[in-house]
Amino acid sequence: MSTMTREETEALIAEVLEVYPEKAKKDRAKHLTANDPSIEQSKKCITSNRKSLPGVMTIRGCAYAGSKGVVWGPIKDMIHISHGPVGCGQYSRAGRRNYYVGTTGIDSFGTMNFTSDFQEKDIVFGGDKKLAKLIEEVEMLFPLHRGISVQSECPIGLIGDDIEGVAKKSAVVIEKPIVPVRCEGFRGVSQSLGHHIANDAIRDWVLDKRDGQPFESTPYDVAIIGDYNIGGDAWATRILLEEMGLRVVAQWSGDGTLAEMMNTPKVKLNLLHCYRSMNYISRHMEEKYGIPYMEYNFFGPTKIIESLRRIAGFFDDSVKEKTEAVIARYQPMMDAIIAKYKPRLQGKKVMLYVGGLRPRHVIGAYEDLGMEVIGTGYEFAHNDDYDRTIKEMGDATLLYDDVTGFELEEFVKKLKPDMVGSGIKEKYIFQKMGIPLRQMHSWDYSGPYHGYDGFAIFARDMDIALSSPTFKNLTPPWKKVAVEETLKAA
Amino acid sequence: MANIMIQQGAGGGLVFYLPKRDLEASIESIEFDTPDKWGGELKLDNGGTYYIDPIAKPPRLPISLRAKRLGAAED
Repeated sequence: MSTMTREETEALIAEVLEVYPEKAKKDRAKHLTANDPSIEQSKKCITSNRKSLPGVMTIRGCAYAGSKGVVWGPIKDMIHISHGPVGCGQYSRAGRRNYYVGTTGIDSFGTMNFTSDFQEKDIVFGGDKKLAKLIEEVEMLFPLHRGISVQSECPIGLIGDDIEGVAKKSAVVIEKPIVPVRCEGFRGVSQSLGHHIANDAIRDWVLDKRDGQPFESTPYDVAIIGDYNIGGDAWATRILLEEMGLRVVAQWSGDGTLAEMMNTPKVKLNLLHCYRSMNYISRHMEEKYGIPYMEYNFFGPTKIIESLRRIAGFFDDSVKEKTEAVIARYQPMMDAIIAKYKPRLQGKKVMLYVGGLRPRHVIGAYEDLGMEVIGTGYEFAHNDDYDRTIKEMGDATLLYDDVTGFELEEFVKKLKPDMVGSGIKEKYIFQKMGIPLRQMHSWDYSGPYHGYDGFAIFARDMDIALSSPTFKNLTPPWKKVAVEETLKAA
Repeated sequence: MANIMIQQGAGGGLVFYLPKRDLEASIESIEFDTPDKWGGELKLDNGGTYYIDPIAKPPRLPISLRAKRLGAAED
C-alpha cells in the first residue's frame, strides 16, 4: 500500500469515527479530511481552532504554555515570573531546549524557574503584594537581569489581581521594564491564543521603547522571527544569513535579548519562520514601521535554496551573488548526505502530528531523503496554516486537526507508516507498537534541524530511528516460539 | 465594531484580517476605490461582508481600521 485513493482515505476516516456517539462523530468528522491540493481555502475541507471535545484525549497546551513556554521563555536576559501556583512553571521548566549563550543565574535565566508560589491565603487576599515583594527580591538576588515579565497562571485572572498596576509601580522602583502578560491558561482553546497574547504584550510594552533613539543601521539588517533555537536551530539559520551578507539584528526569541527586540523596528526585513506564533507581531511591524515580512523554510536543501533565493530577492545584487556562492558551496555537502542516506530511507512512509510550523515545513526535508509523508496534522493551527499545508501535501493524503489519542492510534494502525514524527506523549505508545518515533517538538534531544548543518543531523537522526535493530526484537522470545510453531503446524 | 487590518495580498488583491478571530480572507470587492474616497462595503471570499467608513485612499498598506459587520461568514 503506497498511496491511498480518496475513497480509501475517506473510508478510513469513517471507520475510525464509527466508535463515537453521534454528536461527537459529527464534530470530529469536520476535523479530519483527505487532502485535495486543488482547494484554495482550507475551510472548505477542514475545521480548525475549535474547542476540543470533552472526554477525548487531546494533546493541546494552554495559553500560559504558548506565552511563557514558547514566546517569552527563550528571551534569555529577562526573568519570567510564573505568577501563580508553583506547578505550571516547574513542570514546564527547561523542557523545550531553547539553547542560549550566557551564564545561567548571572546574566541569563533561560532554564531557571521563578514563581510566586501561590498559597490559599494569596487566593483569598490577593497576590499583588507578594508579586511586588518577589520583584524586589529578584532585583536584589539577580541584579544583572534586564527586565521582568509576569506570566499569569489561571488563578490570577480568576481572582482579578491587578498585575498591570504592580508592574508599573515596580518598574519605577527597579528602573527596568516589567511586562505583565495576561496569559491565564483558561483563555482560548489552545496555546495558540497564548502566542497572540504574548505578541500583543511585546507590542504594547517592549517594541516601541527605543523608537527615535540612534541606531547604526545597514541596508542589510534583518531579524529572525519565530525561531526558538531548539537544539541550536537559530544559530544554524543565522550562519547562513550572515554568509549571505545580511546582518542579523535580532533573534526572536531563541537566544534573544530584550535589547534585540527593542531594536527590531529598525531592520529592513523580518524573516518569519514560525508563522503561527509570531505572525501577529510581524503584521504589526509591517503596518507601523513599514517592514515587510517573509515566511521562509529552512528544512531540507530544496526548501533552503528556495528560501535563500527569495530572501536575496529583497536585497541588492551583492547579496544575490553571495547567496549563489553559499548555495554552490553547500551543494557538495548536501549531495554527499543525500547519496549516503537516500538509498537507506527511500520510499519510507512518515506520519506527522506536531504543532506550529513543522507539519508542513518538514515535508520538503523528508522528500529530499526520498521519504513520503502520508499524513499530517496540527495541534493548534488555524485555517491559514491549513491553506499553506494543502499545497505541500500529496493528493488524498490524510489531514487531521487536533487529533485525539484514539484517532491517531487507529490511523497509525491502519496506515502502517514506517515512522511517526510527533511528541513525547505519543512516543512510547507507538514505539511499543513497533513503530519508531522521532520527537519533532524538540528534536528528541538532538538538533539543530534548521539550515544546511541541520539537515545533516536530520538525515542522520531519521536513519538512526529507522535502521535501529530494536524494532525487530519487539516480540519476546517465548511468544516468538509460539508464532513459529503455529507456522510449522500450518 | 471590530478592529480589522487591510493589507496587500501577494496576488495583487487586498487581504482582510480580523485579529480578534484570526480570520484572514481576501477581499473580492470594495465599494469605493478612488484616490479621495476609499472604503465602504467590503465583500470577502468567505461570504462575509464588512463596512468601513470611506476615507482618502491610504498611502501605504497595511492599515488598521474599525469595521462594522454586515453579514457574517459561514463557519
